[in-house]
Amino acid sequence: MTLSMELIFSLAVGIMAAAGLYLILRPRTFQIIIGLSLLAYAVNLFIFGMGRLRLGAPPVITPALGGNPALYTDPLPQALVLTAIVIGFATTALFLVVLLASRGFSGTDHVDGEEPEE
Amino acid sequence: MTHWLHHLPILPILTPMLAGALLLLSSDSRHGPRIALSFVSVLLQCAAAFALLAAADGRLTMPWPGAVGIYALGGWAAPFGIVLVVDRLAAVMLALTATLGLAALVYSVARWEKAGVHFLPLFQFLLMGLNGTFLTGDLFNLFVFFEVMLAASYGLVLHGSGGSRVRAGLHYIVVNLLASLFFLIAAALVYGLTGTLNLAELPLRVAALDASDHQLFHVAAAILGVAFLVKAGAWPLNFWLPAAYGNAAPPVGAIFAILTKVGVYVLLRLGVLLQESGVAPAPFGGTWLFYCGLVTMAVGTMGVLSAQRLDHLAAFLVIVSSGTLLTSFGFTGTLLTGPAIYYLISSVLGGGAFFMLIEMAERNRKQSADMLAISQEAFGMEAGQHDSEHPDEMAGVAIPAAMAFLGLAFVACVLLLTGLPPLSGFVGKFALLGASLASLPNAPLPHVGLFIVALLLSGMAGLIALSRLGIRVFWDMEREPPRLQWLEAGPVAALLLICQWMALAPETTLAYCSAASNSLYDAGAYIRSVIPPAPAALAP
Repeated sequence: MTLSMELIFSLAVGIMAAAGLYLILRPRTFQIIIGLSLLAYAVNLFIFGMGRLRLGAPPVITPALGGNPALYTDPLPQALVLTAIVIGFATTALFLVVLLASRGFSGTDHVDGEEPEE
Repeated sequence: MTHWLHHLPILPILTPMLAGALLLLSSDSRHGPRIALSFVSVLLQCAAAFALLAAADGRLTMPWPGAVGIYALGGWAAPFGIVLVVDRLAAVMLALTATLGLAALVYSVARWEKAGVHFLPLFQFLLMGLNGTFLTGDLFNLFVFFEVMLAASYGLVLHGSGGSRVRAGLHYIVVNLLASLFFLIAAALVYGLTGTLNLAELPLRVAALDASDHQLFHVAAAILGVAFLVKAGAWPLNFWLPAAYGNAAPPVGAIFAILTKVGVYVLLRLGVLLQESGVAPAPFGGTWLFYCGLVTMAVGTMGVLSAQRLDHLAAFLVIVSSGTLLTSFGFTGTLLTGPAIYYLISSVLGGGAFFMLIEMAERNRKQSADMLAISQEAFGMEAGQHDSEHPDEMAGVAIPAAMAFLGLAFVACVLLLTGLPPLSGFVGKFALLGASLASLPNAPLPHVGLFIVALLLSGMAGLIALSRLGIRVFWDMEREPPRLQWLEAGPVAALLLICQWMALAPETTLAYCSAASNSLYDAGAYIRSVIPPAPAALAP
């Protein structure tokens, strides 16, 4: 069962990263912001996965399980993911503002601020 | 007293954070107190940075053993807590940031601070991120400070608004967000492999890795390297840089002069520490970095020659200096690092002064004057419009002989950035050339030759381009002399005087840089200071 969980997990990371990369290479600012978000999700899951996937293991020491670290999952990547999510969220929001400002100044949603010549 | 000195390393992070938060909360109408608070904060940072500079050299007795100062945040010892580490190199970078920050702040108060909202708090957060990046001894904490610095820089690059700024800012933000994601992937990989994020513990754990894991570690190091090379402006990851730097408001451009050096600093620090593990990853040091730096220098030099506006020229000069530093750090042996640190200080101060000077020199000029004579004729442009972005009525009392000051300062900047005597740019380049020749028995001859040729050619190209554009700016008969305020001329003059002092007292400055380089390469001492070897009593 763990194997299928890891398979699904890695497939999710891979597909999101691929979709994100594709979108980032597109010429419209909206595609880029969605691409950046997808990439950020993939990276966050990846960080989480680096703490090894475990089922039913708590990250915080509880009296019931005692002090044996083998019974717990690694809490550090979870803390890192939390930080990364917050930072990613803030920078994406900021990028959204810049995207709208760019649209307002140039009247187009092309990343270069002008439509390519036909 | 000792108790307070112990907390000195956290001061450069805490001061701008508190000042920035207070500035955010206070309303824009309380202009005087806001500016006073900004100055108090930056002056405190200056004092702390120079105290740390003396302490790292052993001239100020600090409650830490050895030359490397450790501050455990929250009292949690490494590797479980996050530590701040102060050695000579970190202290040099802190002092450089504080000095440049003070100059840029004085300059911005005269006019530019009012060109948009939240300049002062963003400026404080930028300084906080910079100081934190130089001090931290933890990989993920480094990411956090990088993000603080970048988030503030995203705001600052748009300061003053306008279409070209927003367009350049958009590219700048996308590239740096992507680089941050690379940083995260690499940090996660490093943690997944070694189980630590502490920079001092990292080499110990890497040395203990299974041989089968080395390949994965190389991948992690490569991704990490890409993230820092983007920040350092190394070719081919630097196409965002000229537009973002060239379009930024002048005080922002001045403080951005140090932003690329952050990437260079982290590459150097991580490279030395990882070398200690015996598993030397490619992006940090070595021939690879040498050639990467050479190409960056070449591309920057071509940009310098082709730039038609002074602010773009200044941005390309930033790339050239980044390339020079990367080349020096990639050079065989460690002899070049001391002079390279000296060159870094000189080029950051000179670059900062240049960004501020450009805006003053270009006041009252017509836009078409930016084009070279040839292209001007080719496009048939006769008269342009007045640069509407610089509202001249805002400039204050004219100081006497403004043109004379601008001309002198421009000449000084040219000498500084191209490496001609008598300013510190010359001393830096001369020391670099001397060190490259001195390392000849160990270093391959073609490397030495390539380095010397690249260094001299980039200087010459800078001289050609700067004098060509300088002639058009200063011998422009059709305009009235620009009006300057003392607040604007002062910081430029001060930065240039510091460079002159650095050139006149090389035994102080150059010797300190060499000592910084020596203590940097003594990675064993760094590691022992952060993670003391287990006491004998606890050993089984």
